Amino acid sequence: MSRVRVLVGTRKGAFILTADGKREDWQVDGPHFSGWEMYHLKGSTADPNRIYASQTSGWFGQIIQRSDDGGKTWHQPGTPPGETKTPDGMPKGESNKFVYDTSADTGKPLTTHQFYDGTQHPWEFKRVWHLEPSLTDSDTVYAGIEDAAIFRSTDGGKNWKELSGLRGHGTGPKWQPGAGGMCLHTIILDPSNPQRMWIAISAAGAFRTDDGGKSWKPINRGLKSQYIPDPDAEVGHCVHHIAMNPRRPGVLFMQKHWDVMRSDDAGDNWKEVSGNLPTDFGFVIDVHAHEPETIYVVPIKSDGEHFVHEGKLRVYRSKTGGNEWEALTKGLPQKDCYVNVLRDAMAVDTLDKCGIYFGTTGGQVYCSADAGDSWNPIVRDLPAVLSVEVQTLA
Amino acid sequence: MIPVVFKMPFVEGRAFNVGAATLDEIGAAAPEVSMIHVILPQHLRTLAHAGAEVELEVAAPVTQRSVLDALEARYPMLRGAIRDHVTLQRRAFLRFFACEQDLSHESPDAPLPDAVTSGKEPFIVIGAIAGG
Repeated sequence: MSRVRVLVGTRKGAFILTADGKREDWQVDGPHFSGWEMYHLKGSTADPNRIYASQTSGWFGQIIQRSDDGGKTWHQPGTPPGETKTPDGMPKGESNKFVYDTSADTGKPLTTHQFYDGTQHPWEFKRVWHLEPSLTDSDTVYAGIEDAAIFRSTDGGKNWKELSGLRGHGTGPKWQPGAGGMCLHTIILDPSNPQRMWIAISAAGAFRTDDGGKSWKPINRGLKSQYIPDPDAEVGHCVHHIAMNPRRPGVLFMQKHWDVMRSDDAGDNWKEVSGNLPTDFGFVIDVHAHEPETIYVVPIKSDGEHFVHEGKLRVYRSKTGGNEWEALTKGLPQKDCYVNVLRDAMAVDTLDKCGIYFGTTGGQVYCSADAGDSWNPIVRDLPAVLSVEVQTLA
Repeated sequence: MIPVVFKMPFVEGRAFNVGAATLDEIGAAAPEVSMIHVILPQHLRTLAHAGAEVELEVAAPVTQRSVLDALEARYPMLRGAIRDHVTLQRRAFLRFFACEQDLSHESPDAPLPDAVTSGKEPFIVIGAIAGG
């Protein structure tokens, strides 16, 4: 029987939630990396036992952790389990090193971006927001980092090299941090074209490469953002998240700061599909695993009030690819609820019926085993949830 | 808490070697080596698989830099967690204390107090007070 493994990153550690295909009885394992901010954990589709995790701290910096046994044990890449390398037998792990490329490879190495006060500010590494394992090679993994850049490791997370064409293409000085920092938070790989990737940055916008990461172009035509001087600018948009059904590459759905958008041409053009949503501000967006026109968002009241609208936790589903939305409330609190759902905190499994998962800043992780019709909490009292990913296991 | 003390042989004897000949062989004096006690915060102990206090042999002059270099050589997993990987600047939310003094803003090449060099007092790496 199929199983699911839900990987939850929180402000104070990581948790692994497992259940069989019914998704009714759950085992909760954790906290792993107790006390650390776990921005993101994600498993490899090439090897589901391989899981990468971003462990970070304002005090102690960035650590990459890796599990090769489905989350039972972890190590810093470079230290295979049980292997000791220093002369006196201590593990030779290393905190992972993300160094911006300032070589001639970039063409014109960038050193500054726009800061909150409009001045130019040096690029400074802060943390890894998102880890995206290759679809075909478990040792290859991409990292989206703050200050915004994309890195790649081809040795299981030990060594990282920037794909510097993203920062080097010319608009970097116009990028600026959003309230959460200038982060590259979304990485989508195209299963039909290994040369194509999409990324998104707050606040710069969406970008695409068609040559394996050597060069990138902004893909923000159709986005309108009132908080930048030119609402139709090529860059500067605060894209919160992008989702794609891997069975239909090139059709993208976006939750922008305000506005829910879709693109049917791989991001070249976007149109708004907010429709009848009560508010179109939000962070998460995801797509049903088997119905590519069925999408999910969690509307948040406003950019100044980061909690759900009217004190009701409602997932909104559109079965028409946007514009027409229905509120999904069964099993979710419908009064006195003031949580947020952050951008990487929603995921879908590939079972039939499709399971939908999301985590809140109040520490709840909800599961719907019927594509959103009804919901149950898996856990209620974790630290604030930063990210949720799910693995469907045979 | 009972501190777990690790002892580190002096780094590969390089400071004692000049080419193929040792300093003893050429009649030079070996550099002075001090046993330094370093206290780490909890999260770094976890990362390093170490106890609260570690002992390091550090060649003179004993400075923040030489102590941290020895610490990172002994525990490579701490590279980047105390000082920036590239600039080697102290991370903003960490502090270095010794002898009831905050040495965080001292030059990394300034000699540490004699009490640290003699091993009477520890060199303390501590998380800064940040947040409410």
